[in-house]
Order: sequence, then structure tokens, then C-alpha cells
Amino acid sequence: MDVLVCVKRVPMVGGRVVLTADGQEVDTRMSGFTVSPHEECAVEEAVQITQRSGGTVTVLTLGPPEAAEQLRDMLALGAHRGILLETDGREWGPVATAAAIAAAVGELGPGAFPLILAGNEAADTGGYQVGIRVAHALGRSCVTGIKRLEVAGDVVRAWREYAGAQEEFEVALPAVVGVKEGINLPRYPSLPGRLRAKRAEITVLRPAWQADGLRKVALRVPAGSAQRARVLGHGTDAVPELMRVLGEIGVLA
Amino acid sequence: MSGPDARECESSGPIAPPDSHSFPVLCLLERDGDGVADGSLRALVLARSIAGALGSGRVMAVVFGPLPAGPDVSGAVVAEVAVGGVTDLCVVSAEGLSGYAPLAWARVLEQLLVARQAPAVLAAATDRGNEVMAHLGALTGLPVAANCVSAAATGDGTWQLVRQRWAGSLLEEAVLEAPCALLTVAADAALDDAAPREATRPEAVPGDEAVPGSRPPAARPGVIAASGLPVVTFTPALDAADLRVRATESSEQGGGMSLATARVVIGGGRGVGGPEGFAVLEELAGLLGGVVGVSRVVTSQGWRPHRQQVGQTGTKISPELYLACGISGAIQHMAGCQSARHIVVVNTDPDAPIMSRADYAVIGDLNEVIPALVAAIREAGGQG
Ligand SMILES: Cc1cc2nc3c(=O)[nH]c(=O)nc-3n(C[C@H](O)[C@H](O)[C@H](O)COP(=O)(O)OP(=O)(O)OC[C@H]3O[C@@H](n4cnc5c(N)ncnc54)[C@H](O)[C@@H]3O)c2cc1C
Ligand SMILES: Nc1ncnc2c1ncn2[C@@H]1O[C@H](COP(=O)(O)O)[C@@H](O)[C@H]1O
Repeated sequence: MDVLVCVKRVPMVGGRVVLTADGQEVDTRMSGFTVSPHEECAVEEAVQITQRSGGTVTVLTLGPPEAAEQLRDMLALGAHRGILLETDGREWGPVATAAAIAAAVGELGPGAFPLILAGNEAADTGGYQVGIRVAHALGRSCVTGIKRLEVAGDVVRAWREYAGAQEEFEVALPAVVGVKEGINLPRYPSLPGRLRAKRAEITVLRPAWQADGLRKVALRVPAGSAQRARVLGHGTDAVPELMRVLGEIGVLA
Repeated sequence: MSGPDARECESSGPIAPPDSHSFPVLCLLERDGDGVADGSLRALVLARSIAGALGSGRVMAVVFGPLPAGPDVSGAVVAEVAVGGVTDLCVVSAEGLSGYAPLAWARVLEQLLVARQAPAVLAAATDRGNEVMAHLGALTGLPVAANCVSAAATGDGTWQLVRQRWAGSLLEEAVLEAPCALLTVAADAALDDAAPREATRPEAVPGDEAVPGSRPPAARPGVIAASGLPVVTFTPALDAADLRVRATESSEQGGGMSLATARVVIGGGRGVGGPEGFAVLEELAGLLGGVVGVSRVVTSQGWRPHRQQVGQTGTKISPELYLACGISGAIQHMAGCQSARHIVVVNTDPDAPIMSRADYAVIGDLNEVIPALVAAIREAGGQG
């Protein structure tokens, strides 16, 4: 089965978020880029599915020309082909993003990609909706939040956690499934994988930007999160002081 | 959009039916045992403030079955929403709608939205809330704003929102342009007038003292519940396709204390050095009646399973104490522990980013500090 996996290029923010002077973007001059762990797991899941039962894995991203890097990272994990929906770098909202993804898939005919995997939510904007909107646009069933997946003939069985229990869904193919980190343990890219990824062909399409009903005005870092920890001491010398603090907090029986 | 044959069972007569021209703000309620889930009560706070600002003051809470033997609604649900500013309670019941079905739930909200001309529909930003609202957005063609911490109508048909990005590490001020605002409300958002759950729960609801062993009072279509809240039963028009995806089976997970609700969490990151290093953290967690939580480096190395991961793509915790050992404090990790009441860290690096998010720090090697702490606790407890 041919599986499509949607991934999004996001800044690799570490210990502190720094914004650009105009408050419009995360300052990425000092950081690299990555994709959400949810999406990395979606790629791993697709690779495992096709290794078991044949087919190919295509990774798709909508983003600036540089987002080809993220496609190559995913190709190095075992995906076969890449599709870049190239933008001019402006932020796309979830409605427009889903419409562009659905249009690109729709172009390939109704039989294309019986299974589309997405992350549960994008790491940066966290809209929780692109996969579901793609499913509606293509007239498919959809389930999200999935942490275990089995393809059985023309259905997928999918499990997720709810209130400490497992919920099970059975979804007929063609379908869209939103997955969460934890569904598998992604492999590290192999050297042959990296070499293959370098050479792999990436199809580039250029959808037209569309305004979304939800528009960013500005970003800000939440106030009141920065403080300075009181140092209790160094090494094992600090243990009596640490004991005192734990007692104060009330966690020592 | 909506099925034309959607039926609403409302009685007329002495009990006034909800005014269909009152444009209620709709709020999806998830249940938690007999009552309403905390996240939904939080969503109600925002729903109430929106309805107040719009002038109608009407908030219609929408709750799904399964309801025991007909359209009954649990007394606890009624009691909680009555004090949460809800003016109408809508109980949804339909053939085949006994469990969770994301598309069907969205269809129900769509039909209510259209029938009531709701200015806004809210849900908690939970797995279910976000999923149902995304379906609702797709069905109606409306935009959806997830993880909002505030929302206000501007009067010119747009909304001013503040919503979380990066799981709350960043806030976005946004404008939403839509005839009906579809919003989910962040679980850990500090809402302006968010009253704690205890404070809003009534001492007792008059007439709600159920006979021991009996079911809570039944709410019939159009009946005023014991608390004075009008309750309607809504029977949506659903077809087979709407009900195709639904939770068919629920099995309990392996027991043990849950990371999300543990009172003490002992965190371990890359600094633990390998899978063996967690034995002493487990021992400490055991002594303090807590559990071990880890960073993503630890799970992606395969040292510990993902269900122990704290953070943006793991579990959000809210313990009394989070003792983070060998964890640098990346924003995606901190997004999972910002509700911890006290954060204490053990780290060799006095300049690690986590130092600016913690209350107390021990500068040192966790492989020395933690065993010494375990020994001290055992000694203090007389188990030397
Ligand atoms: C979209 C996205 C989502 C993510 N989601 C999550 C998530 O849910 N949870 C999560 O944790 N991460 C998440 N991450 C990863 C995150 O960015 C960091 O990479 C990760 O949290 C770092 O883990 P760490 O602190 O264990 O490792 P490091 O950053 O390598 O830090 C190790 C720390 O240990 C200290 N140390 C080393 N040796 C010792 C010693 N002997 N004694 C004491 N201290 C020592 C060091 O000084 C350092 O501070 C996510 C990343 C992205 C991009
Ligand atoms: N720009 C994009 N390109 C490709 N896939 C995307 C993009 N944005 C979102 N997605 C996919 O949709 C999922 C949910 O995104 P969102 O609704 O934005 O939180 C993500 O995890 C991705 O799998």
C-alpha cells in the first residue's frame, strides 16, 4: 500500500524561545529546523507498514523551499519519495494548508494513497486540524490521537488512550490517521539512507497562498516564567538542605 | 449543512422552551465519572464570559450519553453546570450514539449551531474536544482556534484571541474572522475569572438528595432539573456514515500510579547516563510515593518507554514536587511540567536553562546526589 505522510518544518527551539524584533516569528538565526516527533513517528509507522506488506512511502510538506531539508531527513528514515508544496515563506493557516494538501492528493486520482498519516498536531502552531480537514476534503474517514495502528485488509484498527483506558477504532480505507509520539520508536537514519535521500527526487508544486479565517497578529513569550533557582549547595554536601526543603514541601512521609 | 429532520424535543406549556432567538454560546461538556471533566468546566468559564459580553448571557451546555434507561442526566452534571453559568442543558441521545464517535459528535454540534444560530461553540482542548471541533470546522467550513486562553468578540464580526503555541511555551495574539467562533480552551490556561472547581460547586442542590441506591433524578425533555436548569433532549439526524468511526471497545490499561496525576515525580534526563541509572530514581520515587518521568532524549534512546515522557509530545504533569535530574530544561520538556507546584533540580551545569524555571537547585552529579538522598531518607525513616 502506498502511504502518504504529512510533515511540517518547524524551528528547533531549545532552552529559550527568542522572537524576532517585530514579534512575528521565532528567531531562527541560532537554531536549526526539525519536524514534530509525532510526524517522525508517522513516517516510521509508514515505513514499517510498507516493509511488512509492500508499497511506498511518500512524504509531503507545505513550506518554504528550505523545507526540502525536512523531506530529505524523512527520506533518510526510509521514505521513498518527496512532495514539496512550495510557499514564499508566509505562514499558512490550517484551512488553506489542508486545502492545498487535499488538492495535491486529489490530483493523483481517487486511488492514490489509501492511507494518509499526519501528526496529531503541528509542533509550532498546534492547530489540531489539518489531517481532519484533509480527510473531509477527500471524503475519507479519519481518527486522531493514535498510539497503535494495525492495517488489516481494507481497514485500519487504531487505538488511543482515554482516561487511562484504551479506546479502539476501526476505520475503513481510504483513511487519514493522526498519530502521536510513542506509537513506535523511530530508527536513526542509516548512512545508505542518507545517501539515498540526497539523490531522491522531490516533486515541487506551487499552490497559491490563501488567507485563513484565523490570523496571527503577534507572538509573545508568557510572562512570569523566568525566575532563578535558589542553589541549595553543591554535590552531596547539599543533601541535608535538600532534605529540609523536601520536608517543607511536605513530600517526606 | 444540517439535516432538515433534526428534531428537538421540547415541551411547551408552563415550562418556557429555550428562546431560539437567544443565540446561546454552545459548550461541549465531557464527563468525568458522574460529573463534568475539569477541562470542560474551564471551557464553561470562557463560554460564560463570551455570552455575557455578547449580551445574551445564554450558555447551552451539550452533553452526550450514554444515559441510563432513557434521557436521564446525572444529578452531578446538572449541579455542576447550574453553577457554571449554564442557562440551558442539552442532552444528546440517538440510536447508535452510545460511545464516542468524533464525526457524529461534530454533526450534533453542527445541527445545534445552525438551529440556534450560535455565535460561538467551545470545547475543552482535550483529545476529544480538539478532534470534534476540527470535524465541526471541516463540516461548516469555519476556522477553528485550538488551545485558546482568551477570546472576545470585537463587535465587527471578528474575535480577538490569545492562544497557545508550542504547547503553551509561546502565546499568539490572533484575529478570528468567522460568523461563529469555534474554539477549544487550553487546559492549563490561567483564565481571567477562572474560579477553582471547588469554589463553584454548591454545597448541596436542593431536591437533589437521591435516595441511597437510587438513580439521580431524571431529566425529561423540557423538564426543569432540580436545580432550576432547563434541560432539553436533542435527537440529532445522523446517518450510518456519521457513526462509522467510533470507539468500539475500551480496555483498562495496566494499573499503577499515573504520571499525569502523581503527587511526586522524579525526573531523569540524558544526565542519568543510561538505562541502569534509573534504578536509583525508581527507588527514590518509591520512597516518596511517586513515579519516574523522563525527557525525550531518554525515550528516544530506548532507555525508558514513551509513556514515562514528560512534555509537549508526552504527558503533562502537575505534581506537588518535580525533582528533575540531569534534564536541561528545553521548552518542550518544560511545557509538560509548568503546572508542577515545586520544581527542584539536580544538574552539573549551573547555567542549564532549567535553572531559570526551578525553585531550588543542587549543583552536582546526580549519580552522587540521588544515592546520598536515598540514604538520608532511609536513615530519617529509620530504615537505614
Ligand atoms: C516538537 C518537539 C517536541 C518535543 N517534545 C518533548 C517532550 O515531550 N519531552 C521532552 O523531554 N523533550 C521533548 N523534545 C526534546 C527537547 O527539545 C530536548 O531535546 C530534550 O528535552 C532534552 O532532554 P535532556 O534534558 O534529557 O537532555 P539534554 O538537553 O542533553 O540535557 C542533559 C542535562 O543533563 C545535565 N547532566 C549531564 N550529566 C549529568 C550528571 N551526571 N548529573 C547531573 N546532571 C547532568 C547536563 O548539564 C544537561 O543540563 C521535543 C522537541 C521538539 C522539537
Ligand atoms: N505545512 C504543513 N505541511 C505538511 N503537513 C502539515 C503542515 N501543517 C500541518 N501538517 C500536518 O497536519 C498535522 C496537524 O497539524 P495542525 O492541524 O496544524 O496542528 C501535522 O502534524 C502535520 O502532519
